[in-house]
Amino acid sequence: MTEKSSPQIALPKVAATSGAADAAPVIIKVRELSLFYGAAQALNQISIAIRKNLVTAFIGPSGCGKSTLLRCFNRMNDLIDNVRIEGQVEINGEDIYSKEVHLIELRKQVGMVFQRSNPFPKSIFENIAYALRLHGTTRRAELEEIVERSLRQAALWDEVKDRLHTSALGLSGGQQQRLCIARAIAIRPEIILMDEPASALDPLATARIEELILELKRDFTIVIVTHNMQQAARISDHTAFFYLGRLVEYDATTKIFTHPAVKQTEDYVTGRFG
Amino acid sequence: MGLKRGHQAHPIEWLVERGIFLVATTAILMVFLIFVFVAREALPVFLGQTNSSLVQEVLPVEKMNTLTPVELQKYLGLSAKQYRELDRESIRALMEVKIEGATEASHDKDAGLNTTAWRYLIGPHQWTGYERPAYIWQPVSQIHKYNIVPLLIGSLKVTLVALLFSVPLALGAAIYVSQLASTRAREWLKPSIELLAGIPSVVLGFFALLVLATLLQKLFGYQGRLNALVAGVALGLAVIPVVFSIAEDALSSVPRSYTQAALALGSSRWQTAWQIVLPAALPGVFAAVVLGFGRAMGETMVVLMASGNASIVSGSIFDSTRTITATIAAELAETVFGGHHYRVLFMLGTLLFIITFVSNLAAGQVITHLKSRMEGKR
Repeated sequence: MTEKSSPQIALPKVAATSGAADAAPVIIKVRELSLFYGAAQALNQISIAIRKNLVTAFIGPSGCGKSTLLRCFNRMNDLIDNVRIEGQVEINGEDIYSKEVHLIELRKQVGMVFQRSNPFPKSIFENIAYALRLHGTTRRAELEEIVERSLRQAALWDEVKDRLHTSALGLSGGQQQRLCIARAIAIRPEIILMDEPASALDPLATARIEELILELKRDFTIVIVTHNMQQAARISDHTAFFYLGRLVEYDATTKIFTHPAVKQTEDYVTGRFG
Repeated sequence: MGLKRGHQAHPIEWLVERGIFLVATTAILMVFLIFVFVAREALPVFLGQTNSSLVQEVLPVEKMNTLTPVELQKYLGLSAKQYRELDRESIRALMEVKIEGATEASHDKDAGLNTTAWRYLIGPHQWTGYERPAYIWQPVSQIHKYNIVPLLIGSLKVTLVALLFSVPLALGAAIYVSQLASTRAREWLKPSIELLAGIPSVVLGFFALLVLATLLQKLFGYQGRLNALVAGVALGLAVIPVVFSIAEDALSSVPRSYTQAALALGSSRWQTAWQIVLPAALPGVFAAVVLGFGRAMGETMVVLMASGNASIVSGSIFDSTRTITATIAAELAETVFGGHHYRVLFMLGTLLFIITFVSNLAAGQVITHLKSRMEGKR
């Protein structure tokens, strides 16, 4: 059943929400990417192009490689021993695996939000200020301004403005996750990678994160891995379905959820397996 | 129904549980008993019941016939058992010795002082032959001088040198091993640093005495071969594995999610280790340093062998120095059982106990505070 990945880079063929989305420029271009953990192959010849200022969802059963692929975009896989990567990932036309690439610059452009919220055991203010200082912002007034702006953008400002200097670990799970988003957007990346950002949250907190994602779409390109099919349907413009390390189908979200081209995709999105 | 039967422990489980409980209580009891023993021996000093004055009421030898045995025993400072073993001739000799000692000592203006009183234990005093008031520990001189200040300074000085030398090294190693080293490097680095803890302290002392002393003397060009620096560095070698091991555990148990978050924001591995992981592990790292302090304060053999053992008040680390522990180890065997020297040494032991106890208690407070601040409970 699994479709042999073509040397051509998959691009959604049908307009997503509007014609404009289809015309959005490509920001991430992946060419025949394979990844091995030791002898085990986690990604198999993946080619995919992700468009700017859209929300792209990666779906698929556990172990299908969607998180692994996400972590290729900011080279977080480099941390793991015995990882071997073949193929190319280009962001804005630059090969991010070339030797000249500075990891720090790459990660400034490509932010990440993790499955479990992971604020530092510092104050709310310091959590965001840390990211800013890393990238050279040190003036107090400037820090305060960006911290406020980021927290507002992450819809957290009103809840925390009176306790900016208390520990971030005192926040609720949903607030912590929004703080992590605020921290990620504070350094103005172009792309935000989200690895199941709401999977550890209750429905209400999840709804707030989803609202937030739709807000952020205007300024950032978002790639989100999710296990929650409804979530993918609600918030994404494009959806890619992965199975066993291969890209099975990649198209406009409406198409994937209504008329998928591949039988396997249909089985998965309708809940027949997964 | 089975509901009513309740859950009953297997008899063997019950027995094991009781056994473990017993072992635990015994351990607590032992610590308590040791403290009680040390403190009891020192109690007369704390209560001011000891008297080291050399000028005492002297009785003529003939009096031995009129005194009751109990009075006589007390006068001669003997235990009941010792008294019973003496014949009359020996008692007569002891009385003569006492008279002789009194006439000899009374030439010294300090002979009448009770040097175990707190003002002489802690405060300076201008002893006969000294130009100004001084802190002197000279328990075996004619006038027993028991000032503990030189010993306290000695202990603190050596401990400070040891911590200054070992803590940066141990923390650096802990950060490297837990955060920066590859898995392969970690596998051999960690056990080999911890192996340092297995070196007997007498061997460390030996090494300090023969190798370190020469090396450091050549390096710094000071006069005395053995001093606080040599002892401190050797002591540092004993402290490194203690601090390293606990700090490394604390650093390794910082959630990987913090590291991931920091790296994803673009910090380098070094920045992550220094700015995120180390602050997050601070309570544990602090505990490691306090434990290192305790180890350095309590270590005896290394300082006994390498410090030079001169009980002088000096701020220089290039001067020979004498610690509390080395003093107890060197002098206790020579003291009269139950005498004032003996009592003062036990008082020093109690003091050590109190220092470590208080420092651990204070550290516990600091750690709780750090933790709760980090977790946002304050």
